[in-house]
Amino acid sequence: MKILVCITHVPDTTSKIQFTDNNTKFDKNGVQFIIGPYDDYALARAVELKEQLGGSLTVLNVGEADTEPTLRKALAIGADDAIRVNAHPTDSLFVANQIAHIAKSNGYELILMGRESIDFNGGMVHGMVGEILGMPSFSPVMKLEIDGDTVKMAREIEGGKEQLEAKLPLIAGCQEPIAEWKIPNMRGIMSARTKPLQVVDPVSDEVATSVSNFQLPPAKGAVKLIDKDNVEELVKLLKNEAKVL
Amino acid sequence: MSVLVYLEHADGAVKKSSLEAVSYAKALSDKLGAGDVVAVGLGSIVNDELAKAGTAGASKVLHVSDERLTAGIIQAHASAMAEVYKNVGASTLVLAKSSLGDAVAARLAVKLNAALVSNVVELPETSAGYQVKRSIYTGKAFAITEVTKEHKILAVKKNAVDLKTDGASAAVEAVSVNLSDADFAGKITATDKAEGDILLPEADVVVSGGRGLKGPENWGMIETLAKELGAATGCSKPVSDIGWRPHHEHVGQTGVKVAPTLYVAVGISGAIQHLAGVNSSKCIVVINKDPEAPFFKAADYGIVGDAFEVLPKLTEAVKALK
Repeated sequence: MKILVCITHVPDTTSKIQFTDNNTKFDKNGVQFIIGPYDDYALARAVELKEQLGGSLTVLNVGEADTEPTLRKALAIGADDAIRVNAHPTDSLFVANQIAHIAKSNGYELILMGRESIDFNGGMVHGMVGEILGMPSFSPVMKLEIDGDTVKMAREIEGGKEQLEAKLPLIAGCQEPIAEWKIPNMRGIMSARTKPLQVVDPVSDEVATSVSNFQLPPAKGAVKLIDKDNVEELVKLLKNEAKVL
Repeated sequence: MSVLVYLEHADGAVKKSSLEAVSYAKALSDKLGAGDVVAVGLGSIVNDELAKAGTAGASKVLHVSDERLTAGIIQAHASAMAEVYKNVGASTLVLAKSSLGDAVAARLAVKLNAALVSNVVELPETSAGYQVKRSIYTGKAFAITEVTKEHKILAVKKNAVDLKTDGASAAVEAVSVNLSDADFAGKITATDKAEGDILLPEADVVVSGGRGLKGPENWGMIETLAKELGAATGCSKPVSDIGWRPHHEHVGQTGVKVAPTLYVAVGISGAIQHLAGVNSSKCIVVINKDPEAPFFKAADYGIVGDAFEVLPKLTEAVKALK
């Protein structure tokens, strides 16, 4: 089976979020970048499916040259080759157009990615790619198994989950517990250095949105501590001061 | 010209978040002179429920009663909404951010050649262009987003506007759409859902437990307090990872993001990934026996104490209030 996994290159979940240049640019200073956590689940499941069914596993990122270490990490985890669309990922539509173009010319049967990126949290790219390609798309998918040309999935819904079935080819936006994150081993890291990483130019510059500037939320005031033997006081404060009861 | 609203329903009732989206659409229409607010319900649901969109601010409700749309099939919902959007001659579509809403909106954006902005927290500003404030970095920042397409889809985050309850009742009108077999490419074979529970992403009060509870057998204390508060229950990532609680209760960066009026965290240390899921809460109460727990820094009120000692007392105190 031919699998494509699309990954984002995002700040580590523990990063302090700050902006520079008059709040128009993300401050990369001291920030470690990682494979998006949801994308990492998608990648881990794709590696398992490739082990089980054979075929190929390509990993794709839309980003500038500084995302290459993230793509190499995906190669170390188990992808066979990587493609980088050499462009700043301006918005979801732009990224979706790039992915759709590459998917069209390569005939992937299964396209996986995270349910959303953890920087802009849009959760739109899988659906957009699906619509552009005329392929079904599902998200957030927490279980995915292949049985012939049928894909059996579980999708999270508010308060539970639903079981789904659909035919290949399809697109899924993934989340845990679809698979356990995989940590690259030494052999993987060594082989990743020589695996092919192709750089291609973007195909369209169409965007639907752009960011004018960023803002940080107002700072939180100090916590009011209540003695553990005076719990009634907490309830009073919640009712009369915070007015939330 | 009009503003269309996509209504979601569960267990026969229109979701509160969808009614909030209607109120957002009404406020948007009032502010920008964007025309009528028309809400759309898909699948089997009674007219009385749909009419609630009227009190929330809609002037009309359209109902596509096709039985097959009762389940949230992404492609079919997107196709149905696209057709209604075109028939109505709408310029903007508003919906509540949710796992189904996101997926439907993404496909709709391509179908309608519309700009989609998700996690919207305020009404648009149109003094210069069309700018929308949205939450990014899982609530750790905001982006003022310039929209450059004529058609717009706004996926609204909980609490972006107050729910309006004084609107006039709206007439419900049946409409039909043409759907193809391809729209039903995904078949839902089973649904596994806790009936009657308060949905976590929608809840106004949430009580969450962490590893400090020591085991799943102690969750009764969390549930009792939640019941007294009319709250939904949540948990930290380690708790769902070890299987004490189901994954759909995991609150945090890679789990459910909540935005309740009151969030009560019991025995949760407050890792940054957990805080990312709760930072839109209006008021946060932390109960932890470790005074150094980082969660206290993000809390409005705190009690340093053992959950097993504090929780029963708190439940009693809440009961006494009533």
